[in-house]
Amino acid sequence: MAQISILAEEKTDSLTSPAKIISLRIPKFNPATDSKKTWIDFQIPYQKWTTVLDVILEAKKYLDHSIAVRYSCRQATCGSCGMIINGRPRLACFTKISELDSDIVKVEPMKNFPIIRDLAVSFDRMFKTHKSIKPFVIREDSEITEKTTQLLQTPEEVEKYIQFANCIKCGLCNSVCPTMATDSSFVGPQALAQAYRYIADNRDKGKDDRLKIIDDSHGIWRCHFAGSCSQVCPKGVDPAMGIQLLRGYLLGFRS
Amino acid sequence: MRESHIMKIHYGTALAAIAFVAIHILMRMTQNFAESLEYESVIANYQYLPYAGMLEIILILLAIHGFNGLRTILIELKQGRTYEKAVSYGCIVAMVAIIVYGSRTIFMTSMGMV
Repeated sequence: MAQISILAEEKTDSLTSPAKIISLRIPKFNPATDSKKTWIDFQIPYQKWTTVLDVILEAKKYLDHSIAVRYSCRQATCGSCGMIINGRPRLACFTKISELDSDIVKVEPMKNFPIIRDLAVSFDRMFKTHKSIKPFVIREDSEITEKTTQLLQTPEEVEKYIQFANCIKCGLCNSVCPTMATDSSFVGPQALAQAYRYIADNRDKGKDDRLKIIDDSHGIWRCHFAGSCSQVCPKGVDPAMGIQLLRGYLLGFRS
Repeated sequence: MRESHIMKIHYGTALAAIAFVAIHILMRMTQNFAESLEYESVIANYQYLPYAGMLEIILILLAIHGFNGLRTILIELKQGRTYEKAVSYGCIVAMVAIIVYGSRTIFMTSMGMV
């Protein structure tokens, strides 16, 4: 295991407390050239507000430019920096070092996604399944015409789907789903939760289309209700509940 | 057949099997448990037509439920059009074979051929 202990030069700031040191452990792996992962340790200083993404970028900036990591907004909105941090899928930008309660931060790429390099994984399968459930409001009158009016909803109508609209497509739910690990054709909790989001929206008229799509041999019925998808969602979405509510439609308990 | 129809059958057979197997177990308590498993008692059960009918129903329910469960496990383990068709038809054939063989046992015993 390689270890890089040269500390990045920290600019001293009289307003900040002295930085502690964290050991950041990153797997280096390129599926095109490597047969196995090589773990590299970096010693990085951090403050109480430092996130895991901050230390990864610190290591990338000062110690190893070749670290591959995907990120964008740094505020848990874009869903780009999902990874396994100390054994649990989380957003790197939404996880502070101080809350991990460990001197070692071990980061790994998300499971159930093909690795592109190091921490970057391919989202192709998730985006494909997401698109397959038609993630948009379907209406015959959706084209803007002179007669187009607002589609007003009551707070109660919004309440039925609003938590599912918080999905940022980070893929943490898919990475932790046990069925996704074995069934390469499974539609996955992310897409199923989004199917419920649009079916529960009273402006939408595409319920039958979507129910037909998910009522497949690799669709909604392959969920075994492990519930881990709901446990790891950083936005408080409950895909497991959405899946059970969708089953209600298919079993005739809901209309 | 759509997957939701298959799963309705799956859940239905599970619920019905629980009810019938409960009756089957309760019937063991009408006499001493060890005594109820003696050869003469078992043959007598088979020759009591309503009970033999219930055993036949349990056989059908559990075969349908069990082989559909096996099918779902197998298609989750591996994917592919040919493989999935083979699994589905294989499970149907195995289910029918189990029902036929079990029914043969029930009919022959209830008709005193054993």
